[in-house]
Amino acid sequence: MNAPVRPNDYAAFPDAKGRFGDYGGQYVPETLMPLVHDLDAAYTAAKADPAFQAELDGFLTHYVGRPSPLYFAERLTDHFGGAKIYLKREELNHTGSHKINNCMGQILLARRMGKTRIIAETGAGQHGVASATVCARFGLPCIVYMGAVDVERQKPNVFRMNLLGARVEAVTSGSATLKDAMNEALRDWVTNVHDTYYMIGTAAGMHPYPEMVRDFQAVIGRETRAQVLEIEGRLPDAVVACVGGGSNAIGIFHPFLNDEGVQLIGVEAAGDGMDTDRHAAAINGGRPGVLHGNMTYLLQDREGQITEAHSISAGLDYPGIEPEHSWLHDVGRATYQTATDAESLEAFMLLSKLEGILPAIESAHALARIGDIARDVGKGGVVVLNLSGRGDKDVNTVAAHLGRQI
Amino acid sequence: MTKARIDARFAALKAEGRAAFVPYVMAGDPDAATALKILKGLPAAGADLIEVGFPFSDPMAEGPPIQRAALRALAKGLTLRGTLDPIAAFREGDQTTPIILMGYMNPLVSRGFKDFAREAAEAGVDGMIVVDCPPEEADPLADALEAHGLALIFLTSPTTDDKRLPTVLRRASGFVYYVSVAGVTGVKEADAASVAPNVERIRKASGLPVAVGFGIKTPERAAAIAEVADAVVVGSALVDVVAEAVELNEDVTTRVLSKVDSLAKAVRFARRGLTAV
Repeated sequence: MNAPVRPNDYAAFPDAKGRFGDYGGQYVPETLMPLVHDLDAAYTAAKADPAFQAELDGFLTHYVGRPSPLYFAERLTDHFGGAKIYLKREELNHTGSHKINNCMGQILLARRMGKTRIIAETGAGQHGVASATVCARFGLPCIVYMGAVDVERQKPNVFRMNLLGARVEAVTSGSATLKDAMNEALRDWVTNVHDTYYMIGTAAGMHPYPEMVRDFQAVIGRETRAQVLEIEGRLPDAVVACVGGGSNAIGIFHPFLNDEGVQLIGVEAAGDGMDTDRHAAAINGGRPGVLHGNMTYLLQDREGQITEAHSISAGLDYPGIEPEHSWLHDVGRATYQTATDAESLEAFMLLSKLEGILPAIESAHALARIGDIARDVGKGGVVVLNLSGRGDKDVNTVAAHLGRQI
Repeated sequence: MTKARIDARFAALKAEGRAAFVPYVMAGDPDAATALKILKGLPAAGADLIEVGFPFSDPMAEGPPIQRAALRALAKGLTLRGTLDPIAAFREGDQTTPIILMGYMNPLVSRGFKDFAREAAEAGVDGMIVVDCPPEEADPLADALEAHGLALIFLTSPTTDDKRLPTVLRRASGFVYYVSVAGVTGVKEADAASVAPNVERIRKASGLPVAVGFGIKTPERAAAIAEVADAVVVGSALVDVVAEAVELNEDVTTRVLSKVDSLAKAVRFARRGLTAV
């Protein structure tokens, strides 16, 4: 690939072909191509329609509970003794994570397109719960594909989805995790092309999904930018978020892309460690390839077969990453670090004890790096961490790792 | 120009006034030695062209039979080299039966399109079907294949309308593949009545032979499709025979070739109003 060129306007991507530099695109079977083009046209029209935006804003305010607070984590800041640490409290949204921002946008689009059946994939279950929630709200049937392994480790979320009226299909093909759930959802879509809307949960997949999901999640960054300017009278030195597929990260990064003084730092899941093959760090441990409709960094073997991701966090357990992150990495606008399972568990406990907030084990990966980042920035600086979800769903996992019975 | 093999085969079939029978077998399934025996036996069993599946870990358009076959092959450590070597061995004894590789983008991206095209041509491959490579993304791959005389065969489907068809056919060569049902391989059944007008439409727009696949499992169905299409592709049903024979500890090669024989006869006699024995 050619050496990437730093653009003048980072926010001007993707291009007309759905590309962020070399990444993105539309690598899908022919049966889906006309649908993907329809979706692109429908989203472009909705994006430009003030009525659509007004409807979305109304639901974000009154149903989701936005804006979410930007909270100064005083004791966490004192603990590390570096820059001031702010938490963007996405875990306070309805359903307990940032996922609802995207689902609310997509369900309004699906209704606008006249679709009558919603399918989704989920890893940790947060996107599945958010999908089931908006489907319940608008009275549409919802089928959630979830790897059988994840169904087992996220039982409370499976039950939540059932309570919301969704059908959860346990996927046993392949490695029975998030990537296989996505394969199965794509197989459903290719079979039910006329009435079905595929509500992808992360900013992966084929164009226009990476752009659309990013746009729906960018509300996080827009609010953060305004809030930090109001509270501190300045932009932050760094914005930090965990990255699996990467939707919470791109959501908070995007409105800061052209503020080059603001460091953007993503944290990938290192699982057992980057010196093992049991991790989920596509950028730090993978190379570019094509999966699920887009070109991006992927975990794969020498032959181009996709390898399994491993992480304590079902939500980060994905071998790819959204294409915009791949591009931001190549052009150097964002940097991508890693945190292991053990470091994330430690960060989970630390935030619980110091701030009275149980973070999602996904968000705890970003927390695991926040001390180093706050110290690097130093006293007098400001850093913001996207607390993308709440940790109630993870108490069984955490207990198991601590060897405790609950 | 190895693509010439595809053109020559379809020209000969046209002269005979019949459709081609195209079996799909998964490379390396159930094991390398058996897969090679099957491959070598296919022309005598009635295969006019052969599709060889190039396994991928995440085959998004495949139903359970081909998914499982791909995983069986990968579990035995099948590589790109391991896919191409048996084809080269097949070519030593057969210079006329076209071989089409069918797979997914990432293993080709991983190898590099140019190196892949060269190695595939050297092995005696004649064309490629890449399921997740729509025409919008095809140019770099099509360029590399063309440079080595390989055809990139495009998929059309019930959702490909007249407005879109020219986009799909822009770089089509060899033949055009019509996916007869909206769905994954080997699940829904193809219906000859709805297939016929689509085949006609695609044939007219492309000037190329049209092969029909997805959802053809029995000799009866194959015969019905053979009356309207230029080629009939059967995959999942054959791949299932491999799994079944392994399960029952039967001779895999014999079982597969006998199934190919019955399907090929059905296709061969379809337009003469005769029933296969």
